[in-house]
Amino acid sequence: MERNPMRRQLASMRKSLFDQGYLDEQFMELEQLLDDANPNFVEEVVTLYYRDSARLILNLDRALERRPLDFSKLDGLMHQFKGSSSSIGAKKVKAESTLFREYCKSGNAEGCMRTFQQLKKEYATLRKKLETYFQLARQIGPMESANRPK
Amino acid sequence: MTVEQIGSEGKDQFPIGMRVLAVDDDPTCLLLLGTLLRRCQYHVTTTSQAKTALKMLRENKNKFDLVISDVHMPDMDGFKLLEHVGLEMDLPVIMLSANGDTKLVMKGITHGACDYLLKPVRIEELQNIWQHVVRRKKKDRCNSGSKEKPHPDSGEAAGIGNVDNNGKLNKKRKDQNEDEDYERDENGHDNEDPSAQKKPRVVWSVELHRKFVAAVNQLGIDKAVPKKILELMNVEKLTRENVASHLQKFRLYLKRISCVANQQANMAAALGTADSAYLRMGSLNGLGNFHTLAGSDQLHNAAFRSFPPSGVLGRLNTPAGLGIRGLPSPGTIQLGHVQNSGNPTNDLSKLQSFVPGNHNTNILQGMPMSLELDRLQHNKSVGHIGELPTTDSTTVFPGSGNLVDARITGFSNNPLLGVTSNSLMLEGSSQQATSHTSVSAIGFQNGNALSDFTSIAPASNQLQDSKAGSQGQASPINCNAGQIIRSAPQEWNAPRKDAPYQSHASINSSIPINSAMIQLGQCLDRNNSIFHKTTDLDSVGPLNFVDPLSIKHGEGDNSIMEPSVIEKEGYLMFQPRPHGSHVPDNIGSLEDLASAMMKQEGGCNGYSLRTSI
Repeated sequence: MERNPMRRQLASMRKSLFDQGYLDEQFMELEQLLDDANPNFVEEVVTLYYRDSARLILNLDRALERRPLDFSKLDGLMHQFKGSSSSIGAKKVKAESTLFREYCKSGNAEGCMRTFQQLKKEYATLRKKLETYFQLARQIGPMESANRPK
Repeated sequence: MTVEQIGSEGKDQFPIGMRVLAVDDDPTCLLLLGTLLRRCQYHVTTTSQAKTALKMLRENKNKFDLVISDVHMPDMDGFKLLEHVGLEMDLPVIMLSANGDTKLVMKGITHGACDYLLKPVRIEELQNIWQHVVRRKKKDRCNSGSKEKPHPDSGEAAGIGNVDNNGKLNKKRKDQNEDEDYERDENGHDNEDPSAQKKPRVVWSVELHRKFVAAVNQLGIDKAVPKKILELMNVEKLTRENVASHLQKFRLYLKRISCVANQQANMAAALGTADSAYLRMGSLNGLGNFHTLAGSDQLHNAAFRSFPPSGVLGRLNTPAGLGIRGLPSPGTIQLGHVQNSGNPTNDLSKLQSFVPGNHNTNILQGMPMSLELDRLQHNKSVGHIGELPTTDSTTVFPGSGNLVDARITGFSNNPLLGVTSNSLMLEGSSQQATSHTSVSAIGFQNGNALSDFTSIAPASNQLQDSKAGSQGQASPINCNAGQIIRSAPQEWNAPRKDAPYQSHASINSSIPINSAMIQLGQCLDRNNSIFHKTTDLDSVGPLNFVDPLSIKHGEGDNSIMEPSVIEKEGYLMFQPRPHGSHVPDNIGSLEDLASAMMKQEGGCNGYSLRTSI
């Protein structure tokens, strides 16, 4: 019972993540993979994502400090980043990555830098939100997670 | 992995348990992919390194059914991995990428991917990937099931009917395709071995092929059956199947060659200076050579037999059928001098002199067949050739004018060539005749020439063995030309339609006679009358000559050696080769010619011996 408000909170949190465009359908796909054998699957994937993408972000930062900018390298790194982000359904982050790649292709250094800053912001925001979300989910318990509303 | 294996794992449950190897350098994606696949109830192995994946696959290619790989990977390009897997293991590979650019997808396809998925991958997409495994198994089974070439007769059909170069070209392509497909089928067949192991492919070395050709020659192309060939060859570890498939290919090759050879022969005929010797030579030699070549005496005999000794060039069965496939149409066959001396090969070059314009000479040159017309002793008609009426050597090749003197000397085995000059003369209109005769001689390959082809074998080396061109076999040019060639052009025409050709027709049809058509000129109504005559050459037999002469029946006659082409111009267009390409003069053997011709292929198509009469 006392979980109900928490569950409700969790649900509304989740909804807002989707409504605000932080997450897309892919996230739901991940949720569908949850089962008794993998109750925390989504969290696992997201955690892995943040660990791996941190490395990419770092490389991108370094590459953007070089002068002149190596657009093809930047594009390559961003391509990878985009791939992972889309795998977890990070919608806004993915959008920024796409924009970044456009700037790379057109050789727009300023656009790249600007976009990257924006991307990092979105990335950080999403991370915080998801962390809170998962924390709450863990509190509610595995059973609740399995029954999470789709 | 074979279907059987799948079965052993619980065939009924397939696709459950299908073994997938997933490769992606991105850990997030890899985890997701692996999970999704497991959710589909596949048996999943994941790795983030392409090199590791390749290693795993190489260790045991039967360990996996399907590979899914990311395109963008740091240690190895996904496409490269795709290629490796496709080549080495022949497993279906699915590409995965966040980038769905059409270009990339196309690249995936061209590299052999059986599917291309976009990230993020959804489970629905993965649930159906097993179809690729089934599809491949099915395809393998089908391929191995039949050794039939995909379009076995298309080329032939095309060749037969087409008088023009295009037809020849098409045929050539088709032949090539057939060969390729044949190769594929053969490989597929190997896969199907009961042992489920890929048999080591037999490499047909020159030596081996030589033996093969010798065996075939000995038996006679008609009687050459794999079993007997195998016995004759007496090579360890060679199976009847190996021989059978090789024989099939060889026959195709002969066919091709014969067309060219025919053309050449035609040219030779065209060149046919009045020198009967040539003709004789052509026929004799050609045939004679064939004998040696293919050892298919039967061919010769047959060829001769069929032709009435009427001095007609018919005998000239122009081995020249050298499959002058590519004879350039305009190619007046520069039969050059078909020297009686029977200088093989070189003379071909002489022939060149004739043909006005087009490569002509090449034709003959190419033909290694030194028509040795000298030796036309060929009993039959060869001698006759000289007698051709009007064989006016000069006239022989009206077309190019030069042809007249076509001394098809060079033809080494192409007795036909030799004949040409004379035979050509037959026409009376000298011009025409010349081409005709010679052509016929050259081109005519007795149907049996095929046997000679064996030597012609693609290896071209083979030709060497066979002494020149008899290889011309390919072309059944033999159009029994003997008959045809007889007499004046008109006769040619007439006979042309005759069986001799007809008979050849069948044979020749396969040969893109068009090229061979030595345009003996005009007199004949295009039809190979000339060729036919030359066929007497007997030599025609093996010569690839498929009767260049006959090949072109312009009229659509059996395309075999219809000199039809020739008719017009009166020159033999043997070699499609554009003058530059020389067929190595002394190829001395059909082989050379054949190979030369093969090279020319492109150019030759149009050989039409046209005697500009």
